[in-house]
Amino acid sequence: MSQEILQTLTWLIPAGPLLAFFLIALFTHRNRTLSWMIAWTGVIAALILGWTVAGYTSTQFFEEPEKVLEHPVQIASSIDWIPVGPCIVEDAGNCESWIDAGVAVDGLTSVTLIMVTFTVFMIFVYSVGYHNYGKPRGTHPGVPNHGKEDPIFSRFFAYMSLFAFGMLLLVTSDNLLFLFIGWEIMGFCSYSLIGFWYAREYHLGPDDIPHIPPYLAAKKAFMVTRIADVVMLLGIVFFYRTFGTLNFSEALSAHSLEAGVAQIGVAAIGIMALLLFTGTVGKSAQWPLHVWLPDAMEGPTPVSAVIHAAAMVSAGIYMLLRIFPLIAVAIEGNPGVGWIIGGIGAFTALMAATIAIAQNDVKGVLAYSTISQLGFMVATIGIGGYIAAAFHLITHGFFKALLFLASGSVIHGMEHGAMHVHDHHTDPQDMRYMGGLRKKMPITFWTFLIGGLALAGFPFVTAGFWSKDEMFAEAFTLMQEGNLTALFVLVMLVLAAFLTAFYTGRQITMTFLGKPRSQLAEHAHESNKFMTIPLVLLAVFAVSVGWSGITDNFMGTSGIFRNYFHGLVGSTIEETMLELKGAGLVAHAIETLPWRWEPLIMSLIVALGGLFLGWWIYGRKPLPVGFADPIKRPLGPLYNFFQNKWYWDELYHTVFYRPTIWTSEQLVPVFIDKGIIDGILHLIARVTYAIGHYFKRFEEIVISGGVDWLKDKTLIFANWTRQLQTGNAQEYVAVSSLIAVVFAFSIVLLINYGWLEKIQLWFQQIF
Amino acid sequence: MEFPFLSLIVFIPLLTAIVILFLPKERGENARMLALGAMVFSLLLAAYVYFSYAIPPAGTVWAESLQFLEERAWIPGLGINYIVGVDGLSATLVLLTAFVGLGGVLISWSIPDRPREFFAFFMLLVAGVQGVFVAVDAFLLFFFYELAVLPMYVLIVIWGWKQTREYAAMKLTLYLLIGSFISFVAFLILYFQLPEQTFDLRVWSEYIFPLNVQLVLFLPLFIGFAVLGGIWPLHNWSPDGHVAAPTAVSMIHAGVLMKLGAYASLRVGLQILPDGAVYWMPFIILLSLVNVIYGALIAMRQRDMKYLIGYSSVSHMGLVVMGMATLNMDGFTGAGVQMVSHGIMTALFFSVVGMVYDRAHTRDMDNLSGMSKVLPWAAVAFVIGGLVGMGMPGLSGFVAEFPIFMGVWRANGMNYIGAFGLDPSNYYRWIAIIAIPSIVISAGYLMRAVGKVFFGNYDSEKWHDMRPMLAIDKLVLIMFVAILIVIGVYPAIIVPMVSSGVAPVVERLQSAQQAATILDSVQIGAYSLLSLLGGA
Repeated sequence: MSQEILQTLTWLIPAGPLLAFFLIALFTHRNRTLSWMIAWTGVIAALILGWTVAGYTSTQFFEEPEKVLEHPVQIASSIDWIPVGPCIVEDAGNCESWIDAGVAVDGLTSVTLIMVTFTVFMIFVYSVGYHNYGKPRGTHPGVPNHGKEDPIFSRFFAYMSLFAFGMLLLVTSDNLLFLFIGWEIMGFCSYSLIGFWYAREYHLGPDDIPHIPPYLAAKKAFMVTRIADVVMLLGIVFFYRTFGTLNFSEALSAHSLEAGVAQIGVAAIGIMALLLFTGTVGKSAQWPLHVWLPDAMEGPTPVSAVIHAAAMVSAGIYMLLRIFPLIAVAIEGNPGVGWIIGGIGAFTALMAATIAIAQNDVKGVLAYSTISQLGFMVATIGIGGYIAAAFHLITHGFFKALLFLASGSVIHGMEHGAMHVHDHHTDPQDMRYMGGLRKKMPITFWTFLIGGLALAGFPFVTAGFWSKDEMFAEAFTLMQEGNLTALFVLVMLVLAAFLTAFYTGRQITMTFLGKPRSQLAEHAHESNKFMTIPLVLLAVFAVSVGWSGITDNFMGTSGIFRNYFHGLVGSTIEETMLELKGAGLVAHAIETLPWRWEPLIMSLIVALGGLFLGWWIYGRKPLPVGFADPIKRPLGPLYNFFQNKWYWDELYHTVFYRPTIWTSEQLVPVFIDKGIIDGILHLIARVTYAIGHYFKRFEEIVISGGVDWLKDKTLIFANWTRQLQTGNAQEYVAVSSLIAVVFAFSIVLLINYGWLEKIQLWFQQIF
Repeated sequence: MEFPFLSLIVFIPLLTAIVILFLPKERGENARMLALGAMVFSLLLAAYVYFSYAIPPAGTVWAESLQFLEERAWIPGLGINYIVGVDGLSATLVLLTAFVGLGGVLISWSIPDRPREFFAFFMLLVAGVQGVFVAVDAFLLFFFYELAVLPMYVLIVIWGWKQTREYAAMKLTLYLLIGSFISFVAFLILYFQLPEQTFDLRVWSEYIFPLNVQLVLFLPLFIGFAVLGGIWPLHNWSPDGHVAAPTAVSMIHAGVLMKLGAYASLRVGLQILPDGAVYWMPFIILLSLVNVIYGALIAMRQRDMKYLIGYSSVSHMGLVVMGMATLNMDGFTGAGVQMVSHGIMTALFFSVVGMVYDRAHTRDMDNLSGMSKVLPWAAVAFVIGGLVGMGMPGLSGFVAEFPIFMGVWRANGMNYIGAFGLDPSNYYRWIAIIAIPSIVISAGYLMRAVGKVFFGNYDSEKWHDMRPMLAIDKLVLIMFVAILIVIGVYPAIIVPMVSSGVAPVVERLQSAQQAATILDSVQIGAYSLLSLLGGA
């Protein structure tokens, strides 16, 4: 196929689901049948295109490996998107530099595409049955309508299509920004989908599994991942500022990385790696931001499958793998970065596994199992195990999707039982009320068993075994070189793997074996075809996909097995890593590890031992109704600690949530805004008023008062003088005579007694 | 003489206002038709201006990047002339104003109380805003600036929310008048320093004032305008004003009027006094940082939807100032795009809030629930606006915020920051790191609003008299949402325009930066202090 056709095909991979989203949201949302058919069509188109493209790239690799190693990106195409820098060249729209939108396909993209498109399609198929398509229509939007078709059935498919678009955009993107866009679209869709039953409320008894309402769970998921996203955005800004491009193959070539190290120093590269890694911590639910994922189980089960297996949580790991050369340089330059990434991964893996052993919610176990398995991958990346992490990402995607869908089928069966016996109080997700479902739901049982064994790493057959074995081998080899991080990671992961096998054994036993422990389980029955067919297909992959990555020289059998996965995915960065090693920026290139028997023994022991212990404790004899968990007594207070999820939620509530609320409710609006700023303002206003008031008083008393006083006095005087005018002629004559006499008398006095001279003298003295 | 596009854009609303006032009282209904006609016409003109503006080549000075120029003598003795013209940024803002103005008219279509006077004052407001954006003469700019503030007072006091309208209108008017007065005084001092007494900003934009003058007068000149941009701690008039104002006025107020402040402080403050800008901007960016975090924090715990949007505006406008304070191309471009994006987004928010309030008669989020059932269009529009507000890629908010953060990350300040023992580049990086959680907080309050108001249970008894959405409401929402999506998906439609508008300012700032970095920090500090004491 020509390059142009392949480019077009790659661009079209995300287009199908996007188109489906718009078609459903705008036109067909009233017609349920058409809606799911359109959604399916979108995903099938993506599936065909994705597999075609992936098939092409892998064939190319097997035919001409040298050429592919030279140019790992086999399909690439990009267009201008955001203009940056000055855009004032002669004609409009011709800017100096652009942030591009583009697609690129290499080995890693191919394998991820194969996994994502297939699992997402299976989940779409399953969803039709899960929402009871074809049954009588439910009447309550926003709550589960047990046994009835969901009233907002079409909306579900619209969001799911948009979600698939986000994931496919992320996988095919050739640059960090479009990866981030897909990332954020998924974030938004996860909000809508987790909160799909937005009106659901719980009325819980003291002994019930704790649930929070879906709308709160949705907000929590969105907000927690968002915290990580903005830090990651800073990392993207830093990345762009350092390398001058966001394109993976350009920025992360050996040449560009060397220039970057020379420019900002290897410590700054470490900070950049950690900023970007924070995005993964949020999206892939690593400690300390893992708290959103278990609550996200409030969404419908297909949502759990798509968010927690196939797409969203994988995106975080996928991003780390995409920028792996950067991570490797950062780790090599700063051992602390390796400790942080590896440490967080390993700690998360073990912590989540301990929580999972004490959960009674069938989906809760899987939720913590997901966190734990993602911790495996992060820890492996932290010690430089690129291919092992990628391999586990793919196998985990298949078997975890299978497990979620199978558990959804179990819940569906239990709900059927609940309707049958009209019991609306027993939680259909509670494993304590299950048991004996093996006979009631045989397909679900067998597929769940396959998925569970894959998760536990059941040897030689299941996919999980091969990928886990590879991770152990990676850590073990590095440990032998004296790498302490690898030692820590290995110990934690082996413990976590043991617990994984244990809780898987426990879950399978409690759910399917023994005798039914409630009327719900008694009357459960197998789910419909829409749900069981995807289970079977996924089960096939949960086994077979592991065979693509069997270590070369496995058990000393040279030449029998070939590690296709290693070759294909390794080709993505093999040349780059070799050059970086040449430049002394990384210690290890992508190497084929020598086969060792120690990690194999470890895998065997933890997987078989854990599974056996789980069965032995819970399944030797059928558990009675209302049993107390057998591990509760031996673990003592630890059991409560595990069951309450290490109290992270409570801790965050006290340390972060309450102070923030206080700040934004009290400190800032009341104290600063209303208190200080408005206070000053009102003070100025009041002072001005006061000044005005006193001016007014001054005006009233002094100025107006003075005038009034003058007026009053004048009036009084006038009144008084008016009395003179009596109109009586005799009085006038008398007064006139009197004045004349006084006047004459005064003149005589003035002249005769020298008073006139005295006055003249007085005047002269003054002037 | 060319066809007077810009004069028509300014004077058509003005004339419409006068004609509306002369309508006989019994034909008051015709006012809205007139206003609609005027707004549609000016939208067409503005769109023509926007799309036919030829982006000038790199390195063009501002005076030469102006197009659609019209010059007429007004008071030549004082150097005051009627000069209007647009560059890339103002052409964009003129188009924004035309959109928001049209939306405002449509949203107030069935306003019950004295529609004649309402539309007249509304037209006056639009005319004032458009006038500021197209003015090339500083006196004209101040003139239109005041013309925009005064109708606000009347519109809020008469048609506003009864509880707070007198207080809010008075607060708003006083703040804005005092702000513009401070700017005007600073401007007059500069005016007498010019060798040639003119108000023509083209002359100003190339004249270099003495350093001490720049250092002293930049702050009053900038801050006076920035009050209208809602800069902390002088932001307080804005949320109160938003809440008290009727829907259409809130839309114009947050959507356009606040951009007036940012635009004028860019055009007059930064462009005229680049050295002053270089000196003060590292401090201004701290104020903008407070804006960004502080507004978002307050918004998170508001119960009144309008207060929530009001404080979110304070936060988002802080990003505009922050972008300008980076003094580099990325930051300025981001700031320009943020003005447009925020303008449309806030107008969208206020129109949705108005629709909810008109029907439910409350804006208290604790009392509202399940509105998506009766107002699905409003819910979808609000969610999209919310996604813009939290910087979701693929929508316009991201196209604005991403360059702003890139600009902040890249900004390197003046030497004197080093005097406090801070590495200049790290100083700005810390700003970016502290500012970026605001995006999370934005997501928090917007999600909270969406969840409380639009989702949850719908109480059909409580809201038994809910009216469904009108076609005209849907039209407004579609218009705004379409703009937000188009900018987000195809940023090249706006980014080159904006960056061509801010490029001359950036170039002037960069040459100033070179001049200023020669000076020692202590020297500059002493210099400005001395000049402050001795008077400019």
